[in-house]
Amino acid sequence: MIVAMMGNMPTIINWFTAPLQYEFMQRGMIAAILVGIVCAVVGTYVVLRGMAFFGDALAHTILPGIALGYLVTGGAREPLFWWALGTAIVASLGIGAISKNAEIKEDTAIGIIFAGMFALGIALISTVRSYTVDLSHFLFGDILSVSTQSLWLILIFGGLVLLVIFAFYKEFTTLSFDPTLAVTLRLPVGLLNNLLLTLIAITVAVSLQTVGVALMVAMLVTPAATAYLLTQRLSNMMLLAAIFASLSGVIGLYFSYYLSIASGAAIVLTATLFFIFAFVWKKIKQL
Amino acid sequence: MYPHTHHQTNQPILDVQSLTVRYNGHVALDDISFHLHEGERVAVVGPNGAGKSTLFKVVSGVLPPTSGEVNIFGSKPSGHVCIAYIPQRSQVDWNFPLSVADVVMMGRSAKLGPFNWPRKRDWDFVHHALDTVELSNLTTRQIGQLSGGQQQRMFIARALAQEAELMLMDEPLTGLDTPSQEGILSLLDRLKKENVTVMVATHDLDQAANHFERIMLLNHRIIAFEKPDEALRTENLIRAYGGRLHSTDNGSVLTVDDCCDDGEHAHNH
Repeated sequence: MIVAMMGNMPTIINWFTAPLQYEFMQRGMIAAILVGIVCAVVGTYVVLRGMAFFGDALAHTILPGIALGYLVTGGAREPLFWWALGTAIVASLGIGAISKNAEIKEDTAIGIIFAGMFALGIALISTVRSYTVDLSHFLFGDILSVSTQSLWLILIFGGLVLLVIFAFYKEFTTLSFDPTLAVTLRLPVGLLNNLLLTLIAITVAVSLQTVGVALMVAMLVTPAATAYLLTQRLSNMMLLAAIFASLSGVIGLYFSYYLSIASGAAIVLTATLFFIFAFVWKKIKQL
Repeated sequence: MYPHTHHQTNQPILDVQSLTVRYNGHVALDDISFHLHEGERVAVVGPNGAGKSTLFKVVSGVLPPTSGEVNIFGSKPSGHVCIAYIPQRSQVDWNFPLSVADVVMMGRSAKLGPFNWPRKRDWDFVHHALDTVELSNLTTRQIGQLSGGQQQRMFIARALAQEAELMLMDEPLTGLDTPSQEGILSLLDRLKKENVTVMVATHDLDQAANHFERIMLLNHRIIAFEKPDEALRTENLIRAYGGRLHSTDNGSVLTVDDCCDDGEHAHNH
């Protein structure tokens, strides 16, 4: 029995290491872990403030920006990050302003903008003859084509997001839990709100290559929601969410490699499985 | 440090002059003037939609006045961090992943200033506040696991950690059982020693009469602002509550209020 297991050990190790002999898989793994951590931490506030729809809308809204960059630069990937980042910040602050002053209901206003912008993005990309492959990369991610340069951008901007959240942890938490308290404590509420919107925007730009615009919301809310089920402390929620998100990225990529399924979908499905397990586990515990 | 104004100690803690607040055409507060003395405990009483929450929001600087002036120690509320607005319990997400100590520490955010994490001095404030409200044994409890009375006392502890000198409490007794209500009221009595000025919005005229030094009878305008037995004279009550007032056999008065949410838009008289 033991001999048999010993005999299998190299095969098991081989199963794990085989994909990693490819550099694009290594880069993909690193990207998945980094993006997972950033999305999870930012996503904690997205979940607690009930901004899932905003996150989904924001991700879709940046498509025309990416499309424009794609047309201008003739299909090169690295510059697209900057187009995505610029559009995301403008869209994030724009949606934030509109939802405050809307004459129609906030979610309706967001819905109109997001669908319109998304359609504009598709229209722009469709002017290129062989557009379907590139479009599907923007929509669903293309983590295996992450370059070293993109990895650096993810590291720098993701790190920046985490740093700002660490610096303003108590302000963001106070503002999210009790906005009236934040006003009476004379915290710069408007500035903090816009800062948080900007952080979500940067996170969306950073995650673009991993899961694409259509699946982005899953990275923002699913790991954070999973953690929410399992802990009652905010700091633990961020930590647990980051662990679930990174694991989803890594496990998802193995699924993608061995089952030949799209990487973005595999990552999101793994994160969803974690959520289902946590949900069922909690229900059983409550019995 | 986030900016905040220094106090002119020769000025009253709260001075309201000709305050009017309009929401899209509807008058919530109509030409209100009064001032409070330091350490005073005042109950604000009136029917639903009388403008109690609006008054608290303007005094705490959350809502700007349409006209008139509000001054805290001689300057506008928006520069002061000494005002605590204690929300109705229904306005808070009790599933938020925070402990009792986390929420009380939020009161320190202003004094801490940006980029600073709590130091020993801040924890001392938090623990002293939790001692005062008798929640020291529940500091690590998730806030949703507290009883209603404990939740209300946690908010008072947060206001103490904030070093608030003026506490505005919006219906703190609503939805609590009688022992919890008595617990809050005796806690408010003890706060007098800390020289905290307290304004409490309440529906309960008996409690207002028994536990507060002055009663403000409010229905968009101030009907009376006097010692309890003066303020609660029948003619004042009729002016405040209109037809929804009934006398009982033993001579005390009972108001009939048909709903309990303090929506400012709920009633217009």
